[in-house]
Amino acid sequence: MRKEIIKIENLKRQFTMGSETVHALKGISFTIHEGEFVTIMGSSGSGKSTMLNILGCLDQPTSGIYQIDGVSVKDLNRNQLATIRNEKIGFIFQSYNLLARTSAIENVELPLLYNSKVSSEERRERAVKALEMVGLGERLHHTPSQLSGGQQQRVAIARSLVNNPVMILADEATGNLDTRTSYEIMSLFQELNDKGITITFVTHEPDIATFSNRTIVLKDGEIMQDYTNYKVESAAEQLANLPKENN
Amino acid sequence: MRLLNLFKIATKAIVLNKTRTLLTMLGIIIGVASVIAMLAIGEGSKESIRTTISSMGSNMITIRPGADDRGPARGSGGDVQTLTLKNYETIKEQSNLLSYITPVVNGGGQVINGSNNWPSSIYGVKPEYLDIKVVGLQSGSMFTEAEVNSAAKVAVIGQTVVDNVFPDGQDPVGQMIRFNNIPFKVIGVLEEKGENTFGQDQDDVVIAPFTTVQKRILAIDYLNQIMASAVSEDDASTAVEQVSKILREEHKLLDNEEDDFTVRSMEELISTFSSTSEMLTILLVAVASISLLIGGIGIMNIMYVSVKERTKEIGLRMAVGGKGSDILMQFLIEAILISITGGILGVFLGLGATFFIENFLNWPTSVALYSIIISFAVCAITGIFFGWYPARKASALDPITALRYE
Repeated sequence: MRKEIIKIENLKRQFTMGSETVHALKGISFTIHEGEFVTIMGSSGSGKSTMLNILGCLDQPTSGIYQIDGVSVKDLNRNQLATIRNEKIGFIFQSYNLLARTSAIENVELPLLYNSKVSSEERRERAVKALEMVGLGERLHHTPSQLSGGQQQRVAIARSLVNNPVMILADEATGNLDTRTSYEIMSLFQELNDKGITITFVTHEPDIATFSNRTIVLKDGEIMQDYTNYKVESAAEQLANLPKENN
Repeated sequence: MRLLNLFKIATKAIVLNKTRTLLTMLGIIIGVASVIAMLAIGEGSKESIRTTISSMGSNMITIRPGADDRGPARGSGGDVQTLTLKNYETIKEQSNLLSYITPVVNGGGQVINGSNNWPSSIYGVKPEYLDIKVVGLQSGSMFTEAEVNSAAKVAVIGQTVVDNVFPDGQDPVGQMIRFNNIPFKVIGVLEEKGENTFGQDQDDVVIAPFTTVQKRILAIDYLNQIMASAVSEDDASTAVEQVSKILREEHKLLDNEEDDFTVRSMEELISTFSSTSEMLTILLVAVASISLLIGGIGIMNIMYVSVKERTKEIGLRMAVGGKGSDILMQFLIEAILISITGGILGVFLGLGATFFIENFLNWPTSVALYSIIISFAVCAITGIFFGWYPARKASALDPITALRYE
């Protein structure tokens, strides 16, 4: 049996807006094992963002169980949540969220700055390694404005890898990129997944799901579908099949 | 370790916003610099008053005729003729708190030596005068008691008089001069004392036996002043009281009658002038402190804008594991760094300004170490105080909202 990275049981989240109570998640259960590449899909209003916030330990469930790497998140305080995010999760955002005027390597080092167990030498070493892994070993000292969108997202991926998280959590990570670049990024995700890294990818684009080996579809706060994809497309192949760019 | 990292983060943010940081600092720089410069001016003038007055003899007690003439609408003390030689003798006899005492008569006139002449003042005194004024001779000697008794026409002159009536550099000792057509033999030259705080040239003076001046030059039978010195600085105020009592008895004043003389010690004079300059110092420092306060508000303002502007960055930092306290410290360190750097620059600017004031405006200044320490401490406190609130606000942000902030 593979290790359970995420364990969710009858998870509910409701918000009180004035006198109304909004049930964003109405009792969700699933488990993600080590090495899985899961896409969580859903249209807007499906509870996708709420799910993402809870998975990322930015928010806590109203009731139910959420465990990440064996740690129950529900009763943790703000600081403990921050530590979990720091040690167990790698975030990737749609708009990259890199620090402006800050070099790639310094951006990648960021999560380690909040981990006092990591020395500054180790921090640099790990950041260089992470950037090499995403193919930016030559651009350590470029600032975001000197990098293309795809390269910026690679820096963000390197940043998510640098703390050796148990899971990478991507939020519409290809949303700001053109088709070619997004295939490049997906191919990178697949490569990382092949190395055993667990990836949860939240998106509303159906074709992204074809690159993952499992898809969970949310609708109105409930799981509508949860299926394993037996015919995973290779993003690298798709990329090769794209018509050549005219330049 | 953690603090070191936060320190790095904060420095980075400051370096990335050089212009803004510098402008923010400007308020603090000007505030600190003006506090230091203002205190230096205040201290300097106080010190120079004190030195001048002390150099005039800090134990000195002056007795003038007429009531206290500090207020308006009173006759000038010099016109009143209530002090006599007999008063002097009584005080000398009865007071046990005075070490030296001399009668003083003085007047103005022309000092003439050949074709050189110079308007100056003549002081008729006894030899004790030098001890009371704490002044020595650079050449020659002082006249003696015997010369006073015989009303000898001898004089000791100050350097300014020497410079003006003996312009050729010859030794004045032994030469004859004339004061208001009365010939005097110069027997000594006073040590140079320069100008006092009130701009009076202390070397522009002729000193002669009081008998000679009283009878031959002024032709009066009263005294303009009696000068004395208390046995010690601490006894000065008691001596003032004692002298007053003796004089009241001597002048047969009733209890309900005002003094017809004024006795004052130097200490009193010092405090009168010091209090004026102290008021000035307080005023200057108050104004300077306001500018420091405004500098602090400037920091708060910028930190506020900075927190707003970097909301998304704060969200990201929180997402990757920054705790609320990390964010708080980051912004607090930033604010403190700005204020302390501003403080250091301010200290240098203040010292520079003080140097300028001293050397180009020729105002007496004195930089007190405490003024540097105080303004620096105020700076650090300003940073913490005004940085705290924005930092607190940043740390309390919800990471989800912050991440979505556009």
